[in-house]
Amino acid sequence: MENKIEIHNMNLHYGDFHALHDINLDIKENEITAFIGPSGCGKSTLLRSLNRMNDLVENCRITGDIMLDGQDIYKNCDVNLLRRRVGMVFQKPNPFPMSIYDNIAYGPRTHGIKSRVQLDEIVETSLKRAAIWEETKDNLKKSALSMSGGQQQRICIARALAADPEVLLMDEPTSALDPISTAKIEDLVLELKKDYTIVMVTHNMQQATRVSDTTAFFLLGDMIEVDDTEKLFSMPSDKRTEDYITGRFG
Amino acid sequence: MTREAVSAAKPAVRVQAKTGKVHGAASAAVLKGLVYGAAMLTFAVLLFLLGYILVTGIPHLKPSLFQWNYTSENVSMMPAILTTVETTALALLLAVPLGLFTAVYLNEYAKRGNKLVNVIRITTETLSGIPSIVYGLFGMLFFVTRLHWGYSLLAGAMTLAIMILPLIMRTAEEALMAVPDSYREGSFGLGAGRLRTIFRIVLPAAGPGILSGVILGIGRIVGETAALIFTAGTMAQIPGLFQSGRTLAIHMYVLSGEALHMNEANATAVVLLLVVLLMNTLSALAAKKLTKK
Repeated sequence: MENKIEIHNMNLHYGDFHALHDINLDIKENEITAFIGPSGCGKSTLLRSLNRMNDLVENCRITGDIMLDGQDIYKNCDVNLLRRRVGMVFQKPNPFPMSIYDNIAYGPRTHGIKSRVQLDEIVETSLKRAAIWEETKDNLKKSALSMSGGQQQRICIARALAADPEVLLMDEPTSALDPISTAKIEDLVLELKKDYTIVMVTHNMQQATRVSDTTAFFLLGDMIEVDDTEKLFSMPSDKRTEDYITGRFG
Repeated sequence: MTREAVSAAKPAVRVQAKTGKVHGAASAAVLKGLVYGAAMLTFAVLLFLLGYILVTGIPHLKPSLFQWNYTSENVSMMPAILTTVETTALALLLAVPLGLFTAVYLNEYAKRGNKLVNVIRITTETLSGIPSIVYGLFGMLFFVTRLHWGYSLLAGAMTLAIMILPLIMRTAEEALMAVPDSYREGSFGLGAGRLRTIFRIVLPAAGPGILSGVILGIGRIVGETAALIFTAGTMAQIPGLFQSGRTLAIHMYVLSGEALHMNEANATAVVLLLVVLLMNTLSALAAKKLTKK
């Protein structure tokens, strides 16, 4: 598999706080990469650097390179275009306070698609891909906020897919959901990896083993270890990884 | 404390705890009574006021009060009605965009800890505490005299616009602050720029809050007299931009001041009430249309 994203010697500071130290990591195309680690270890911060959401945080400074298809995303790069190519699903479902249709069409409209026929098609395929079409096809005009939490999260996934991304970043996408919705999202993610490169932050180690191909373990701003998920969970090479996955801390 | 005193104190504590419970129920009842009482009293005062205005005003409403031109014979309030609408529209036209975009700047663009932001905030807070007569005086000295606009609709509307600007700004800012950041993140995450995020996501979501500020602003404009007497004058005519005109509130003030036309003043109060109601409904409808995309 080819590397979709390559991170070289990346350091991140929030003001005086050194949040990520010398991160080196390759993310392979059409794979699911999971970031695990205790709260405050920097895994979400790293995820948010991949589509430059950290630009919105004041006093956030990043050094090193992050390459997407061999091109540095922090140099000579249109942020809006980058975020179109690298979509994001957030921890708490955050549909906009408008109809389901308008939610899904927001991305394509932002990128200049106006034709009703084209939009209808994108909305339908995106909802189908996010496995929420059956539940929404009869009430696309209904407010997205009227759906349940799990449905809202799948709508948010559909909304991200509608912008036609290549990479999908997921920041603990199931932590606010019940077990049944979680299982649905996990199945969906496994399905989506055929077409997308997926990077997922998770608090739940079972989820990482169920879903991901590669897992990276973070602790206090350092990336301790990265390996095939199976290997990392069965034979971790670092003592700290072992302590974490066996539940000795965190 | 001696041992006896301690043991004597113990049962006392228990008794107190018991009565405390009874006391709790009693105080809950008293509190409930107070809350209900306050609500009833407020409602009663409002109802009385409304009833008083309607009862004293409605019998004196007659067609001659709505003739196009005012004469000292018919005491028509038609020019005043139109002046009220004109003044309100003009003042809102000036104050709402300015206040709204200032709020957008403060909340969406300005960096935290920016000195200018603090200066703007302190200024608006100070401005909102100034009595309207001071605005009137300023309007007279600056617009009427210095700029040679004379007593005019424009001078009045400008003065009122300055007067309601802090109100519009503060309410708009509160409304923008109440929009969850997750909406903004969601929009940025889809590759939308700041401008699109503000116009498509943030402003529609803040619409109802902004509207409530506008409605409060309308209330202040329609009810204002002091600031207008000095700036728009008291002529009973339908004014052009640089002509004097009197709003309904001033019409009432003048009529009751003359003491010859108390009945007509009462009738004016009824119409004033209706005008406020109408304007609020209209702005609510407009906001609904705007936020529904």
